[in-house]
Amino acid sequence: MSATAVHSLWTTNGLWATAAEPVAKIDSPQIEYSLIAPTLIVIGAAILGILIEAFVPRKSRYYVQLFLSVVALVAAFAAVVALAADGRGTTSSGIVAMGALAVDGPALFLQGTILLAGLVAIFTFAERRLDPEAHGNRVDSFAAQAASVPGSDSEKAAVRAGFTTTEVFPLALFAIGGMLVFPSANDLLTLFIALEVFSLPLYLLCALARRKRLMSQEAAVKYFLLGAFSSAFLLFGIALLYGYAGTVSYAGIADVVDGTVQNVNPALAGTMGNDALLLIGAALILMGLLFKVGAVPFHMWTPDVYQGAPTPVTGFMAAATKVAAFGALLRLLYVVLPGLRWDWRPVMWGVAIATMLLGAIVAITQTDIKRLLAYSSIAHAGFILAGVIATTPDGISSVLFYLGAYSFVTIGAFAVVTLVRDAGGEATHLSKWAGLGRRSPLVAAVFAVFLLAFAGIPLTSGFAGKFAVFKAAAEGGAGALVVVGVISSAIAAFFYIRVIVLMFFSEPKPEGPTVAVPSPLTMTAIGVGVAVTLVLGVAPQYFLDLANQAGVFVR
Amino acid sequence: MENLIALLVAAPLLGAVVLLCGGRRLDKAGHWLGTLLALGSFVVGVVLFLDMLGRDGEDRAMHQHLFSWIPVGGFQADVAFQLDQLSMTFVLLITGVGSLIHIYSIGYMEHDERRRRFFGYLNLFLAAMLILVIADNYLLLYVGWEGVGLASYLLIGFWQHKPSAATAAKKAFLVNRVGDMGLSIAIMLMFTTFGTFAFGDVLAATGAETSGAAAPVSEGKLTAIGLMLLLAACGKSAQVPLQSWLGDAMEGPTPVSALIHAATMVTAGVYLITRSGAIFNGAPDAQLAVVIVGAVTLLFGAIVGCAKDDIKKALAGSTMSQIGYMILAAGLGPIGYAFAIMHLVTHGFFKAGLFLGAGSVMHGMNDEVDMRKYGGLRKYMPVTFATFGLGYLAIIGFPGLSGFWSKDKIIEAAFAYDDGIRGWIFGGVALLGAGITAFYMTRVMLMTFFGEKRWQPTPDPHKDPSAEPAADGHGGEMPHPHESPKSMTIPMIVLAFGSVFAGGLFSLNESFVKWLEPVTAFEHPHPVISVPAITGATMVVLVIGVAIAWFMYGKRPVPVTAPRGSLLTRAARRDLLQDDFNHVVLVRGGEHLTRSLVYVDHTLVDGVVNGTAASFGGLSGRLRKLQNGYARSYAVSMLGGTAVLVAATLLMRAV
Repeated sequence: MSATAVHSLWTTNGLWATAAEPVAKIDSPQIEYSLIAPTLIVIGAAILGILIEAFVPRKSRYYVQLFLSVVALVAAFAAVVALAADGRGTTSSGIVAMGALAVDGPALFLQGTILLAGLVAIFTFAERRLDPEAHGNRVDSFAAQAASVPGSDSEKAAVRAGFTTTEVFPLALFAIGGMLVFPSANDLLTLFIALEVFSLPLYLLCALARRKRLMSQEAAVKYFLLGAFSSAFLLFGIALLYGYAGTVSYAGIADVVDGTVQNVNPALAGTMGNDALLLIGAALILMGLLFKVGAVPFHMWTPDVYQGAPTPVTGFMAAATKVAAFGALLRLLYVVLPGLRWDWRPVMWGVAIATMLLGAIVAITQTDIKRLLAYSSIAHAGFILAGVIATTPDGISSVLFYLGAYSFVTIGAFAVVTLVRDAGGEATHLSKWAGLGRRSPLVAAVFAVFLLAFAGIPLTSGFAGKFAVFKAAAEGGAGALVVVGVISSAIAAFFYIRVIVLMFFSEPKPEGPTVAVPSPLTMTAIGVGVAVTLVLGVAPQYFLDLANQAGVFVR
Repeated sequence: MENLIALLVAAPLLGAVVLLCGGRRLDKAGHWLGTLLALGSFVVGVVLFLDMLGRDGEDRAMHQHLFSWIPVGGFQADVAFQLDQLSMTFVLLITGVGSLIHIYSIGYMEHDERRRRFFGYLNLFLAAMLILVIADNYLLLYVGWEGVGLASYLLIGFWQHKPSAATAAKKAFLVNRVGDMGLSIAIMLMFTTFGTFAFGDVLAATGAETSGAAAPVSEGKLTAIGLMLLLAACGKSAQVPLQSWLGDAMEGPTPVSALIHAATMVTAGVYLITRSGAIFNGAPDAQLAVVIVGAVTLLFGAIVGCAKDDIKKALAGSTMSQIGYMILAAGLGPIGYAFAIMHLVTHGFFKAGLFLGAGSVMHGMNDEVDMRKYGGLRKYMPVTFATFGLGYLAIIGFPGLSGFWSKDKIIEAAFAYDDGIRGWIFGGVALLGAGITAFYMTRVMLMTFFGEKRWQPTPDPHKDPSAEPAADGHGGEMPHPHESPKSMTIPMIVLAFGSVFAGGLFSLNESFVKWLEPVTAFEHPHPVISVPAITGATMVVLVIGVAIAWFMYGKRPVPVTAPRGSLLTRAARRDLLQDDFNHVVLVRGGEHLTRSLVYVDHTLVDGVVNGTAASFGGLSGRLRKLQNGYARSYAVSMLGGTAVLVAATLLMRAV
C-alpha cells in the first residue's frame, strides 16, 4: 500500500507541482477497512496466533489455535458473504485501499472459496487421531519440533515430551491471508507482496512433516529455491512493465496498453510505450503466476513438493494456492492485458496444451498416490487454462466454478490419503492400495468418488466444471484446445480408473495397510468434499449462476 | 372424468408395488388385494365407458396430460393418456378378462407358496398393458410395450426352478427384443420425420400426404416406419418369423397363458398396427407385408396346432393362427381394422376360456398336459366340458357364436383385398385356415373329453421336466379327475357367455364397426365373390375339418404313445422346424459373426488401443525421467521455459 502511495506521489503530485502550493503534500492513506475486512480478520488472527504461541501454555495451545483459526476463517467468510450480499461483487464493486485492491465479483468469489477450502484444510491440519500416540501424547502430521535435526537426540526428546508444532495454524492463516489478497491485488506490487506473504508460510509448512522428515525438508528447500527463482522473474517482469507504463496500477497499465494515456512521465520518457518492455515484462509476470499454478514447463516442483510435504499441507496447497494463483492470473489477463490478447493467447495455448498432455501422460506411470495426484493437478491446471484462454465472460465464470469444485475434491482426496497407513506412516505407494475396496469399502468408495470427479465423470462436480471450461473455450474460439483437452481427459481417465480397479478388483495383500479411523475433523473434511462433489455434480446450475454473476472484473 | 384415466393404471400399479415390496406379511391377503385392484380398474373402465357412450362419436376421445417426462428443446416427451374408442375396447378387454383371470388364479395358484408374487406380477402386467393401450404417444406406448415384455418374462419363468421354464422365459425375452428394436427404430424414424411421436400429430401429418396438404411425407419413409412397426408387431404377437417363443411360453402357469399369451399381450401387435393405420394407409407396400405375415402365420400356427399333443401348445398354435387372422385383417386397411379388433375381442373371450378350461383339466389330471393321456373327461368335469365346448364352437366359427361373426368378416375382407389374384390367394388362405382350425380344435376336443380313458399314473416330476409341478398331487398316482373349485369355474362360465354372445352382439346392426369408425375409419369390403358364397364355403370347410378330425380321433381309438406320423406331422411337432431354422441361420451365423468380430476386435481394435496405450505409456516413462529430483535441473527447465515464453510472445508480435 505504501507502494501505491509512493506511486501516486510521483504521478499525481507531478501534476500538482504546477499548482499553487509549492510544497508537496503527502495524503494520509485512505483505507476502506470494512471492504477488506476478510483479509484483515485472517491476518489479524494469524498475528494473534503468534502471540498465542508465545504466551499460552503448551498444553492448551492446540485448542486455542484451532479455535482461533476456525473462528477467524468463519468470520472472514461471513464478511465475504456480507460484502457479496451488499452488492460489492456486482453492482457496487470498486477499487479500494488507494488502488491497491479490487473488491469485485471474482475477488469475493475466490476469497470465499479460499476461506472455505482453508477451513476444511485446517480441519485436516488439526487431525490427531491418525498417528499412533507418541509417549501418551496425541500427535498430528507435523514434526514434534521443526528445528530439531531429523534423527537427532533433540528430536527424540521433543517427541518424548509430546511437543507439537502448533505454529502450523498461524502459518496457515498467514498463507490464507496472502491468498485472499492475491486474486484481488490491483497493482503489481500488491500482487508481489501477496505472493510472498502466502508463499513463505507454505515453504515452512512443507518442511514440517512428522515422518519422512528429510524428504519433507528436501521438498521445502526445492520449493523455496524454485519459488524464489520464479519470484525473481516475476519481480523483473514488474520492473519492465513499470518501465513500459510508468505505473504499477492495473488500470494504469491497461490504459497505456490501449493507448489512451499519452502524458509521458519525464523520468521514464526513454522507455515508456516500448512494446518490447511490455511483451517481455508480461511474459515474465505470466511465468511467475504459471509457476504457482503448476503449468508446464514451470511444473517440476509440483510432484516433489506434493510428495514430500505433509499430506494435509499438500491438500491445502493444491487447492488454495491454485485458486489464488488462477484468480491473479485471470485478473492480470482480463484487466491488465486484454489489449495484448493477440500476443498472449497463442502462447497460453501452447502452455495449456503442454500442461494438459504432460500432466496426463506422466501420471500414467506414477506409482505413488501423492505424485499421481500431483500430476493430476498439473493436468487440471491445463484444463483451467483452457477456460482462462476463452477471454469471454463465460471463461471467467467457468474458471471460477472449476476452481470451487476442484479445490474441495482435492482436499478431500488428500484427506483420504492420510487415512491409509502402515507402520511407516501413510502408505502412499500404489501397490499398497490394492484391494482396499474389500477391506474398507467406505473409504475406497469415497476415494473412488473423488477420482471419478477428477476424471470428470458425469454427476460429479468434475464433469460440470470441465464441461463449463470446455464450453467456454469452444465458444471463445479455442476448439482445438478443447479437442486436446478431451483427449487428455481420456488419458487421465485411465490412471484414475486404474486406481479404482486396483482398489476394488485386486486381491488385498496380506501385509496391506490399515485404514485409520479419523476424528470428526477429517471426517468433516472428507464429508464436505463428497457433498460438494455430488451437489455440484448433480445440481450445478445454482453455482454456475453464482459464478456467472461474480464473473465481472472491476477496472 | 378425464382424471379417472390415470386411475386405470394407478390401481394395478399400486398393487404391483405393494405386493412386490410388501414382503411376506402380505402372503395371506396379497391375492385378494391384487384381485380387488384389478376389479377396481375394471370398474373405472366401465364408468369411463358409460361416460363415453353418453357422447357423440367424434367427441368420445378423452385426453389426460399427467406431466412432461423429457422436455428437451424440440424433443417433448409427455406422460399423457388418450382414451378413445379403440383404447376403450382394449381397456375393457384387459381389465375384464384380467379380473376374471385374477379370480381364477386364486384357486389355481392356491398351493403355490409364491402366490403373492404371482399376483404382483399379474398386476404389473395389467398396469403395463393399460399404459400400452392408453398412451397418447409412441414413446409412452413403448414404456408399456417393454413393461408387458418384462411381466411376460417374469411370468413365463415364474416356476424358475424348472430349467425349461427359465429357458422359455429367456427365449421369449430375447425374441421380443428383436421386435422391440423394430419399435424403437420406428419411433426414431417418426421423430426425425415428423419431429414428434404423439399419435395425433404423427397420424395427422401422415394423413396430410393423402389429402395433399403441405409437407407431404414420402411413401418410402412411411414404408420404412410401417415395416419397423410390423417387425415390432411380429415380436410381440408371435408372428412369423418371430413366432418361436410363444409355444415355449406355455411353460408359464396356465392363467398366464390365458391372459398374456392368448387374450391380451400377444394382441398388442394388432393394436399397434391398427393404431398406426394412417401410416399403413400411406404405405401400400408395408400393408402388403402385413397381410403376407398374417396369412403365413395363420397357416403356420394352424398346422403346428394340428400336431401338438400338449394341450397348451396346441392352443398356443391356435393363438398364433388366430392372431394371424387379426394381423391379416389389420393389413387390409380400412376394410379390415374394425374386424381385426372385433376378432381380437371375441378371441380374447373364447381363447381365454379355452385356456382356463385346459388349466382346469390339468388341475384335475395331476398337471398332465399330454392329450393322449386324457380321454372321456366330459363326465368327470361337466362345467369345464360345457364351457370348453362353447369356446370350441366359438373358435371354429359355428354359426351364431362369436367366432363365426368375427372370422367370417375377416375372410370376406381378405377376399376383398383386390379384384385380382391376390384377393383370391389371401381369401383362400383365410378359408383354408378356417378348415384347419375346425380340424385341430375338434381334435383337441375329442382327445380330451371323448373316447375312452387313457389316463396314466403321473410320472415322477423329476423325470419329466416339461410337466408343471404337481400342485396337490403326488408322483406315481393315478389321476382322479374332478371338477375345479368355484373360483375357477365361475370365470370360465363368464367367459363362455362372452364366447357365445359377444360376436352376435357386436354384429347386431354393425354396432362394433360403428363404434370404432371414428378412430379407424371403415369401408365396406367388396369381395371378389359374393358374401353368401363365402359364408357357404366357410361352412363347408368347417364341416370337412370337423369330419376329418372325427374320422381320425373320434371313430378310431387314440394311441397313448404318438405314432411316428408323416414327415409333415413330425415337422409340425417340432413347430415346423422353427427352432432348427433359427439355430442354423441365426445361432450358427451369429456365432460365426461373433467369432470373426472377436478376431477383429482382438487383432485390429485391441491392437490400436493397446498400441496407443503402450505408446502413451512409453512416452510417460520417458517424460518422467525429466523429473530427476535435482532442483538445479528444474531451475534450468524453468529458465528455458521462460526463455521460450518470452521468445514466443515476441514472435507473436513479429508475425
